[in-house]
Amino acid sequence: MPEITCREALNQALQEEMERDSSIFLLGEDVGQYGGSFKVSKGLLAKFGDKRVVDTPIAEAGIVGMAIGAAMAGLRPVAELMTINFAIVALDQIMNHAAVIRYMFGGQFAVPLTIRTPGGAGHQLGAQHSHSLEPLFLHCPGLRVIVPSVPADAKGLLKSALRSDDPVLFIEHEGLYGVKGEVPEGDYTLPLGLADIKRPGTDVSLIALSRMVYVCLEAAELLAKEGISAEVVDLRALNPLDMTTVLESVRRTHRAVTVEESWLTGGWGGEVAAQIMEQAFDSLDGPVLRVGGADVPMPYARKLEQAAIPNAATVVARVKELL
Amino acid sequence: MMNSKSERTALQPGELLAMYRSMVRIREFEEACPKLYSEGKMGGFLHLYSGQEAVAVGAAAAIGRDDYMIGAYREHGLLLAKGAAPGRVMAELFGRSTGVSKGKGGSMHLGDAGLRFMGGYGIVGGHLPLAVGIGYAIQYRESAEVVICFFGDGATNQGVFHEAMNMAALYHVPVVFVCENNGYGIGTSVSRASAVTELYKKSCAYETPGKKVDGMDVLAVYEAVRQAADNAREGGGPTYIEAITYRFRGHSISDPGTYRSEQEKKLWQERDPIPNFAASLIKQGVASAEELERLRAEEREVIAQAIRFAEESPEPALEELWTDVYAEASRAEH
Repeated sequence: MPEITCREALNQALQEEMERDSSIFLLGEDVGQYGGSFKVSKGLLAKFGDKRVVDTPIAEAGIVGMAIGAAMAGLRPVAELMTINFAIVALDQIMNHAAVIRYMFGGQFAVPLTIRTPGGAGHQLGAQHSHSLEPLFLHCPGLRVIVPSVPADAKGLLKSALRSDDPVLFIEHEGLYGVKGEVPEGDYTLPLGLADIKRPGTDVSLIALSRMVYVCLEAAELLAKEGISAEVVDLRALNPLDMTTVLESVRRTHRAVTVEESWLTGGWGGEVAAQIMEQAFDSLDGPVLRVGGADVPMPYARKLEQAAIPNAATVVARVKELL
Repeated sequence: MMNSKSERTALQPGELLAMYRSMVRIREFEEACPKLYSEGKMGGFLHLYSGQEAVAVGAAAAIGRDDYMIGAYREHGLLLAKGAAPGRVMAELFGRSTGVSKGKGGSMHLGDAGLRFMGGYGIVGGHLPLAVGIGYAIQYRESAEVVICFFGDGATNQGVFHEAMNMAALYHVPVVFVCENNGYGIGTSVSRASAVTELYKKSCAYETPGKKVDGMDVLAVYEAVRQAADNAREGGGPTYIEAITYRFRGHSISDPGTYRSEQEKKLWQERDPIPNFAASLIKQGVASAEELERLRAEEREVIAQAIRFAEESPEPALEELWTDVYAEASRAEH
């Protein structure tokens, strides 16, 4: 299997799906001539033309709203928002429109829309370009929230998102675009909402997604040296939330730590922890612990930014509280 | 320019009568609602369209069945004008399973995919970019339909109004924006909310033609929308029409309307689009006063039947709470 970057895997998924289905088109700021702010849509304008790769003004609500209308009228738009912080500008369109339209009109309209947007910190971009806002969207029924970590998942999940008849928020991580991994060629799809065990273990379940999966794998490596066997569960999605896989893991390991880059307070870890305690309380040997981003607006200074993001050492320390 | 009552129209007597019938139907429907509301048959908000009928009917008569319409929350009249069965609209207001949105939307969220009525929306201005997207889809398919997007004067002060106007012009989409300027955003008059009070001027920033029409004159609206729709079909891009109109009732059922003087209301009631159109039909010899009265009685019966249909319809089954959230259930939801 060839090794490619997340960026290339996403580009492959877009290209293959656009070839397969002529109703798919891309729209967003700089997706065309510029090739995408993170170069995910590079080369697609030349290949598919400006009807299918549409550069838009800087108008996030307009972009998402236009995509919703096109989706209701039978197309399959893929809207790119430059960072997830900008998704807040379009939040009315996402939460008051895309997510509710199927229900509000009694199932008459589908909104087969994918919104791709990168989040995450680590590049000293400060408090308006660095947040991990996926918990905000977990809160909202009607919206699928997909958050891949490795390149193969990025490809397989994006292809499935583009085939879904639901609005999908597809959250990438700015720090992962250049990460390489083996990616199956051709028509490779993954079901939306199926978690994946990235490393099996027996003593504790580390539940994570996106870049924190890598942090947990590193932590698991460190723990292994001390004789502690950590299992790393990659949720890959917050909606659908695959609690089946999480609970199976926790029933084996009897301990769980959620690890997220998003703000700890009101993060998805609280939701997962609550569900574990409701459904697998008797299997637990201790409380479900949470690791999350510091509850502060993301600072600029490198040292402060690094201190706001969970790392392998913080995960290891939290795990040791359980043992 | 205020379009004068058009005598050039080539509408046939049958078409004129159908427009009259449609306006009467909306009025009868709307005027039946307050009593039903006070009897507890309906809940939530109830934004009535009485007074504005000429806008919906003139616009709907100017387009075809395959053309799209989308509106805000004062949309009973829009959907009725597009051809929905009054019983199914009333049933939606009653929250019944036979309602156009299966009882899940209510007064503000009527939708009818079959009629290409793409919904009523409750976030002021929020649906305007959706209209641009529907227009983009038409263009994408190289099809000849148009979208009529209705909204109120208040929406023109929202950010997305400007985003939608810009993108509609930029992509040259076949959208006719119809601003129903009834003078008030809830209780705040246009002059207290908008720096520019002649709202048709707001499209000039996007080099989109802006026209003002008399929204109390069904033929003036018809003519303006027909021209704009024809232009859009021929690749001429969007048009923005400001229809000057008035709602005879409050913003919603709970609004006593104290911010409007009795004199103002009286002046506008004299411009009621229905009796004025009736007088012109009689004058032109299209119909006699008796014929129009008979037609009105028929529509009163249509609405009585619609109410019976709604009353006899079942409430949604409790399982409906969980349906229509997603296209398909995932493993997690099984």
